[in-house]
Amino acid sequence: MPLQTPPLRGIHDDRGAKFTEFGGWDMPVEFDSIQTEHAAVREDAGIFDVSHMGQIHVTGPDATELMQRLTSNDVTRLEVGDSQYATITDEDGIIIDDTVVYRLPDEDDHATYLFVPNAGTDEATHERWIDYRNEWELDATVDNQTDEYAMFAVQGPNAADLLEDATDDSVTDLDRFQARYATIESVDCWTARTGYTGEDGFELIVPWDAATEIWTEFDCQPCGLGARDTLRIEAGLLLAGQDFDAEDDPRTPYEAGIGFTVALETEFVGRDALAAVAEAGVDEALVGFQLIDRGIPRHGYDITTTESRVIGTVTSGTMSPTLEQPIGLGYVPVEYAEPGTTLQVIVRGQSKKARVETTPFIDTV
Amino acid sequence: MSFDVPDDRRYVESHEWALETDGVVRVGISDFAQDELGDVVFVELPDVGDELEAETEFGVVESIKAVSDLYAPVGGEVVAINDDLFDAPELVNEDPFGEGWMLEIEADDLNDLEDLLTADEYENQIA
Repeated sequence: MPLQTPPLRGIHDDRGAKFTEFGGWDMPVEFDSIQTEHAAVREDAGIFDVSHMGQIHVTGPDATELMQRLTSNDVTRLEVGDSQYATITDEDGIIIDDTVVYRLPDEDDHATYLFVPNAGTDEATHERWIDYRNEWELDATVDNQTDEYAMFAVQGPNAADLLEDATDDSVTDLDRFQARYATIESVDCWTARTGYTGEDGFELIVPWDAATEIWTEFDCQPCGLGARDTLRIEAGLLLAGQDFDAEDDPRTPYEAGIGFTVALETEFVGRDALAAVAEAGVDEALVGFQLIDRGIPRHGYDITTTESRVIGTVTSGTMSPTLEQPIGLGYVPVEYAEPGTTLQVIVRGQSKKARVETTPFIDTV
Repeated sequence: MSFDVPDDRRYVESHEWALETDGVVRVGISDFAQDELGDVVFVELPDVGDELEAETEFGVVESIKAVSDLYAPVGGEVVAINDDLFDAPELVNEDPFGEGWMLEIEADDLNDLEDLLTADEYENQIA
């Protein structure tokens, strides 16, 4: 199957980007260097093309009920312009995907939502919504708009200044996880104070055809998915398909450390299973760790006790550009999850000492 | 994008270079390879005195995004390693053909160098 391409593929190419396949999309992984891009976001600002993220629009009389029953958080808490982080779980409470749900302005007096599933999952998610809507006989329209919108993330301590310059109307009064339409180059862009880097910043959902005009309004470091990965690991944020994977490494939100996305007082697919987990507690938990010995932890490496008994697997790892230390995430039995616990990571057959750390690894907003 | 390919040395398809001086072969990775890897943050090298076989792994170079094995262009004894890379792996990016060298091998047979790619041949490979 040919890769999908973001609307700015040519512009990125001209700028000297290297590309990688991600979720079926051909996306820029690096423009200058991961360290340069990473530092720009921590110290100044950077812009990411994240057009590979899905966009699914839900409206109609039963839109709220459909969203409520298919996401783990409580959408009734959302006022227009609010957003929330949530998971999509199966009947067993296993995370299928994580997502941000935005409440858009009402349409025809009906609450209206836009949610952002991960790259490559939009079609299956759209199908899931349609199937359940039909099964439950709900009156809601569900549109997969992934091909209609590009998405950019402007992140970093100076991101707000860049937005102030780019938009006709100020958006810097938005609180974290708030959003509204703002006009950039005469185009209405859904502008949310959200992000995936641990820094202050905004995510813009913009019409596909206007992507170039909007992108070029931001005079800051272009960043690829490589820097996005190092930034999010430092911030202790999860990557779908790596830190949870319904097929290869099934995890509940409680194991993944995102129990705050579960509103057990609501009814949703997976709710009863998760209530049982909440009651009984988890056996394993996602921890952050730092490698004390020389080496870099990578996805798939074994985690062992100091007696070399395998107890877990590294789900994400990197050399942290900010800390200049090797860091990672992985699941271990809860008795080994306490910060300060000494573990080992097997790097190419060699045991390397590691220490459990609190996450995020750095101060975040 | 064009890359430096000095013609005073030979190359391996796996992107290492080999430069012979007074019977000792110095080894590193090419400009193309360091660019493909991106920011190099870790280098694992053998010990001085280790015996290497040609075309076998002798170490690992890791960038933030990737891990890559290193292959010996010729067989022989390791007579020096570049300790500086342990504290400053970025030298591989900054000066891959100079300060970013990795190790020196006293080759079992210097004629083996003739089997490696010339600069022209390597340039064609990465073109």
